[in-house]
Amino acid sequence: MSLRCAQGDRRPVYPYEGMTMRNRSQSVLPGFGVSLGITCTYLSLLVLLPLATVFARSAELTGDRFWSTVTDPRVVASYRVTLSASFVAAALNTVFGLLVAWVLVRYRFPGRRLVDAMVDLPFALPTAVAGIALTTLYTPSGWVGSWLEPFGIKVSYTWLGIAVALMFIGLPFVVRTVQPVLDDLEVEVEEAAASLGARRWQTFARVILPSVGPALLTGFALAFARAIGEYGSVVFISGNMPMKTEIVPLLIITKLEQYDYAGATAVALVMLVLSFTLLLVINLLQWAARRRMAV
Amino acid sequence: MTATAVLRPATTAPRAVTRATGESRLVRWTLIGTALVFLTLVLVLPLVTVFHQALAKGLPAYLEAIGEPDALSAAKLTLLIAGIAVPLNLIFGIAAAWCISKFEFRGKNVLITLIDLPFAVSPVISGMIFVLLFGAHGWFGEWLSEHDIQIIFAVPGMVLATTFITAPFIARELIPLMQEQGSEEEEAAIVLGASGWQTFFRVTLPNIKWGLLYGLILCNARAMGEFGAVSVVSGHIRGETNTLPLHVEILYNEYAFAASFAVASVLTLLAFVTLALKTFVEWQQRRTAAEAAGAEDISERIAS
Repeated sequence: MSLRCAQGDRRPVYPYEGMTMRNRSQSVLPGFGVSLGITCTYLSLLVLLPLATVFARSAELTGDRFWSTVTDPRVVASYRVTLSASFVAAALNTVFGLLVAWVLVRYRFPGRRLVDAMVDLPFALPTAVAGIALTTLYTPSGWVGSWLEPFGIKVSYTWLGIAVALMFIGLPFVVRTVQPVLDDLEVEVEEAAASLGARRWQTFARVILPSVGPALLTGFALAFARAIGEYGSVVFISGNMPMKTEIVPLLIITKLEQYDYAGATAVALVMLVLSFTLLLVINLLQWAARRRMAV
Repeated sequence: MTATAVLRPATTAPRAVTRATGESRLVRWTLIGTALVFLTLVLVLPLVTVFHQALAKGLPAYLEAIGEPDALSAAKLTLLIAGIAVPLNLIFGIAAAWCISKFEFRGKNVLITLIDLPFAVSPVISGMIFVLLFGAHGWFGEWLSEHDIQIIFAVPGMVLATTFITAPFIARELIPLMQEQGSEEEEAAIVLGASGWQTFFRVTLPNIKWGLLYGLILCNARAMGEFGAVSVVSGHIRGETNTLPLHVEILYNEYAFAASFAVASVLTLLAFVTLALKTFVEWQQRRTAAEAAGAEDISERIAS
């Protein structure tokens, strides 16, 4: 997921690309059997078989046992923490991601290329490093935390801290999804709106925003999907208090450490179903966006 | 003179901002300012914090924390794991991209979605599935303990989890690139009598080298920096099953903050190298594309 929005869309389009009939008679090329064989074997052994164990192990539980595990108050509280923090972080990223993408595409200022490269930092920086750095920054004695303390705002070891970490992780997803779409917008449409008497903010709200809408939604979904599974950057800053600041991935680890494999598997299954649903939604969004672009 | 004008890349030319479609200077600089303040808070300050904390106790303490035997063995293990996971995913990525981009077959879209799966799975669950398979209470647990093979809480499990997490990176980079390039060139090579491998190394590889490098860089960065999945399957034994990110965690939890940030700063430098290489590769890709576009322009002019 991350790759597609990270670079896939930024590749320049070659002229005449659509005119070549690239799919005609491909049987001359060798290696179909070998490459497909390697691909399928590798995927089955490394990805599909291990993932299937989650479903198989969950099936060993009775319906009642499964239900009582996944609706246990502590588990439900962790869903609430994970989902709410992920949602707020993804929503804030949608707003600020659009702003950053807009500034990078539309304006020229010193250091623009450096800023553009920096946006990918959360993809490249190990999550544990991000986690300890953000925690230190936002504790009451930290650089940012000491500014917030007089206002009674605590970030590290609270729900707010989880949201901050998830914002760090999710930002490039929104920027890198919106950026190419903004880049492709034709100025002529905006000029037409202006010449028809639209004010600049009207052009933005009625012309630009609807065009980047699908990309924004995709970026939001990608950031949200990444956030609900995130562990490394959150575990340091969250404080990990059961019922209050315990995220679902941490709860799974806790259950594993207590050798409660059945419980861990049941909670993981809920997460997997949610993640795969999101993957489906994201694929549908991107498919719809491509159709729009094609028309 | 004309040729150089044609060859100049046109893709990155700044958009002319006319008065009708631009914002006033005030709005423009307010937006730029807000974006930069936001990015400083979210991205720059954490980076500065890493180096500030790492050097809090001075350079000698910093060097000692990095050169300590446990840190060195963690670095060695990190390199070993990436050294196994990345080549495996390279072979997988090339094989997957070859069959998907050069041939038509049923279920291709399903295959592309399946390649994406590891991205959708939480790192913690990625580690957990291998515990379910190979752990003491796992499916193969008894058989493994009878034969005295340890996978979980040992290096093989960490390699497996890392390979799982990083599996899609190279394939995802190559598939759209090779689909876009089509297969005329390879077909021509085969028709002219080249062998399959000759065609791959002499025709395909030069065309995809930048995309491939790009995928390799990202795959490697994730392999070296992975924390959640590796944490689940690692035994957290110092000097044995600790990677650099796990070593950062252990030091941090022991309140050895300066040492923890010192090791973290090494990983941050790795991230810088990754971003720099990535920017370079993007620049090369744009240049190659612009040259190709320029060449087509010229041939079109000659034809007309």
